[in-house]
Amino acid sequence: MSFGVRLLYYGDIPEEKGGGKTDAKSSGHDWPLWEVFIRSKNGLDHKHAGSLHAADAQMAIENARDVYTRRMEGVSIWVVESKYITASNPEEAGELYEPAVDKIYRHPTFYNLPDEVNYM
Amino acid sequence: MNSTKIDYILHLADNALILGQRNSEWCGHGPILEQDIAITNISLDLIGQSRSFYQYAAQLINEAYKLQETKAPPAEGFGEATEDSLAYLRTEREFKNCLLVEQLNGDWAQTMLRQFLFSCYQFYLYKYLQSNPDKTIAAIAEKSLKEVSYHLRWSSEWIIRLGDGTEESRNRMMTAIDELWRYSGELFIAAPYEIELNIDLASLKTEWDNKVKAVMEEATLPVPEKVFMQTGGKTGTHTEQLGYILSDLQYMQRAYPGCEW
Repeated sequence: MSFGVRLLYYGDIPEEKGGGKTDAKSSGHDWPLWEVFIRSKNGLDHKHAGSLHAADAQMAIENARDVYTRRMEGVSIWVVESKYITASNPEEAGELYEPAVDKIYRHPTFYNLPDEVNYM
Repeated sequence: MNSTKIDYILHLADNALILGQRNSEWCGHGPILEQDIAITNISLDLIGQSRSFYQYAAQLINEAYKLQETKAPPAEGFGEATEDSLAYLRTEREFKNCLLVEQLNGDWAQTMLRQFLFSCYQFYLYKYLQSNPDKTIAAIAEKSLKEVSYHLRWSSEWIIRLGDGTEESRNRMMTAIDELWRYSGELFIAAPYEIELNIDLASLKTEWDNKVKAVMEEATLPVPEKVFMQTGGKTGTHTEQLGYILSDLQYMQRAYPGCEW
């Protein structure tokens, strides 16, 4: 059995089906697409906020600041060019994720907790 | 007597309001979505700054009026001076903004150059005003400085990007320089109220010159020399552009005095 490795990004939709297109025809200019991750406050992790176009990393940070943190959403921004994100292939979802469905014993729900432990 | 100070505060407010209004014309027309949002954010920052200054000016005007020191300006539908009466009910001749901020948006290069030249001025000015003996002016300057630091950084990068970009972007920057440079000198030519308040425009000019030179150099753009500088805005003699801005800005209050929505 052989596996094809393909680069996917932007919502796991394969490029030929319209996902993650960054060419000039679709977006009106030729700036690459960037994924934006925002940390909403110190101590929390960065979460994917969305994507935007920018000519370089610095502009991507500034665009992200203007587009995604206008309403005090964040204290830290990460950007990464979308093409550097490798995504799983939705067509392989069956073999990747379905085997986990019937393995409920992987959840720690079969332990008897002592009464003293209140918040689990 | 506060009228000198009131004039100066109105000058600061008018600068911010008019440039904010100009930039807002880009709303929905920016070259790309992200920059459309960036320029309108700057608009909102500037209009916010103008509100702070107008509110303070209105307070001083009303206090002076109560002491019979001055006649409050016409404030039909408002009773006394407010931030709104100052923005919506003064005429061209009463506006004290510098000529640079009222100039047309032109293309993106022109808007960026106008923003860069002005943000650079505002950056050093607010830094300087932070230690103004008037605590309110100092506080507004301190709060606004954070916003302006970003405007300066953002517009500097655009100057570099366009100046040192393609042949087309460079040509557009050169045209913008031709168009706007003549309005940059006025920033540092003191109006009577600035002289009376001892605003140190000479040292601001040195700082401004250095910063502008550094950025223009990085952008491989020439810094013009010996350009005749247009003046008059600070004392109410404007270019034809201001009237059009005010007719847009003030239409609702003029047509429906005191209207609210």
